[in-house]
Amino acid sequence: MNVDLRFPLGLLFVVFGGLLTLFGLFTDRAAYERSLFINVNLWWGLVMLLFGGLMFLAAWKEAQNKKDAGKR
Amino acid sequence: MKRCTRESKIGLGDSNTCAKREPASQSLLPPLRNFAPTMHSSNELQWIDYLIILIYFVFVLGIGFVLKRFVKTSADFLLSGRSIPAWIAGLAFLSANLGAQEVIGMAASGAKYGIATSHFYWLGAIPAMVFVGIFMMPFYYGSKAKSVPDYLSLRYDEKTRAFNAFSFAGMTMMSSGISMYAMALLLQTIHIFDTPFRALGLPNSWVFHVSIITSAVIVLGYIYLGGLTSAIYNEVIQFFLIVAGFFPLVCLGLKNVGGWTGLTQKLPPAYTHAWHGMDNPQHNLLGVDWFGLVMGLGFVLSFGYWCTDFLVIQRAMAANSMAAARRVPLIASVPKMLFPFLVILPGLIALALTNPVNQNATLPDQPNQSPPALENQSAQQGMIPPQTNPETGQIVKDASGKVVLDYNMVIPNMLLHYFPSGMLGLGLTALLASFMSGMAGNVTAFNTVWTYDIFKAYIRRDATDANLLVVGQLATFFGVALSVGVAYFVAAFNNIMDVLQLVFAFVNAPLFATFLLGMFWKRATGHGAFFGLISGTFAAAVHHGLTISAGSTPGVKGAWIATVHTYPSQMAQNFWTAIYAWTVCFVVTIVISLLTKPRREEDLKGLVYSLTERATETGGRWFLRPVPVGIGVLLLTLILNLIFR
Repeated sequence: MNVDLRFPLGLLFVVFGGLLTLFGLFTDRAAYERSLFINVNLWWGLVMLLFGGLMFLAAWKEAQNKKDAGKR
Repeated sequence: MKRCTRESKIGLGDSNTCAKREPASQSLLPPLRNFAPTMHSSNELQWIDYLIILIYFVFVLGIGFVLKRFVKTSADFLLSGRSIPAWIAGLAFLSANLGAQEVIGMAASGAKYGIATSHFYWLGAIPAMVFVGIFMMPFYYGSKAKSVPDYLSLRYDEKTRAFNAFSFAGMTMMSSGISMYAMALLLQTIHIFDTPFRALGLPNSWVFHVSIITSAVIVLGYIYLGGLTSAIYNEVIQFFLIVAGFFPLVCLGLKNVGGWTGLTQKLPPAYTHAWHGMDNPQHNLLGVDWFGLVMGLGFVLSFGYWCTDFLVIQRAMAANSMAAARRVPLIASVPKMLFPFLVILPGLIALALTNPVNQNATLPDQPNQSPPALENQSAQQGMIPPQTNPETGQIVKDASGKVVLDYNMVIPNMLLHYFPSGMLGLGLTALLASFMSGMAGNVTAFNTVWTYDIFKAYIRRDATDANLLVVGQLATFFGVALSVGVAYFVAAFNNIMDVLQLVFAFVNAPLFATFLLGMFWKRATGHGAFFGLISGTFAAAVHHGLTISAGSTPGVKGAWIATVHTYPSQMAQNFWTAIYAWTVCFVVTIVISLLTKPRREEDLKGLVYSLTERATETGGRWFLRPVPVGIGVLLLTLILNLIFR
């Protein structure tokens, strides 16, 4: 197996989610007129951050397990 | 036969569907020279949007660089060394097909035909995906064929392979070019990149050229570096990006129109019921009858594409085991089943917002709407703009003087309408990702077929693996360059999908008969298959040349020989072209096979159903076995059809 895809996938979503969350925190309500006054950047950013984090964590855990198995 | 002699007077399909909504669009849209999608001044992208797009570009190339060190043989480059886990191959199987024709085309069709567009998924994909996973993958994967044409050479003969390899190579390049063209045109039309171009002193038309060159360089870069694995990884990432970009869009849109109930109230019943009026082509928006729909789309076109098109099959053939390969299409079928909600609903929502019924009704979910927002809302009624002639800037009208709507603008306009800076960058990235990975799918399929089925088979039989690796890499370069060429030659159609349907009808429709007979009838011979394919493709062309859809002018839309029959819609004509092509291929293959010498049974082991040991996967949990999963998927699809009937 090459590279566990969940690493790059998780990384990209953490980066995008983090960017959107931060941008959402620092933008005012007027910016969200289009999105029915819902701060989609903040909320969806958090969802993406969570998804990316979980992907990354799952891949990292599996890599650790493999390493441990290799030691034994 | 009788079915095809029916004359239609008031066809509802294609160009005529827009006529129904035309009064609304005409009164609401001033004849602007250059239609701006929204009246919002903030059509401009902010730094965050550019940053997100830029990160994505860097990222996809980065994947290519990381995977480069795993590419040592031609099989690594072109077949991913058969090392991809089922879930990754499964999502790539879905994503490879998720190019321009899906994301833009399906939303366009959603606005044009309503929820009946979901037939392209529930009827036109799921059954075929289940079939290929359960019944056909054992032969594709088990025969150790490198490609679909390679399977044909093992099962039949060289001429059948050659025919398929050359026609497939041509078709993928066409699709790839269309995909590029569509993206570049779209980016130019939505005017969001105008500011940086103006700052550089370049006219708006340069957006088109720069889009083509940029996408070509990036796709070339990551495939050249990491081969098929790189394409597959990026396809999976693109799948998640599409979901991440479109799910919030659909949620906001649905909230805006009052949910599904709101949609059903705002739109005529034909738009929210998939099986509405399928008894008669005059009664439904697709302009087809149920038989044409089920046979043409549900059987011939769908099985022809999902079961024989190397673009998707290649992803399954890259799986790391037979069990995984069989699971690939089944894994793909689950998100496929739900995708109409992501890609078709935006079309319906855009339509509900343009519909005159909605015009005076205040939108219920926006209690604190400020006056500028309301003003904006009324300007936004034109969510589906009219088509304009790119040279004159005039609004395009059909033969009867009706304004032709540019349905392909649904998705970009929805993104601009609902997404603020930040999410807009993500939405555009999702769109760009889908365009690029659709192109990458074509390029990887092309370079494999070129290398193994054309170069190795006919140009240099004694080529070493090192030669083949270089040829594969060069073919990638060549393929991308060819796509760029095609992109500049693509003629403008109202709906990209119609063009692709036409291509499928000529090339893919007869193909499934060849594979069906090849895999399940040991008596089928190479001569039978070859002449069956030729006559099937010929039948498709002749049928297309003799028929036309209502309201079209003879030429590229049909009847270039003579007008023998007029179909109520272009879609009906495409479905029937496919049905004729398939039937002719099926019959001719059988007749010629019976007249020619059969192959020895020993040579067909592993290639034909009756001479192959059954894959026994009785052990293990049910959700890892193909048959129960396949039945489950079909049942769920049936339920969805019942809900949205």
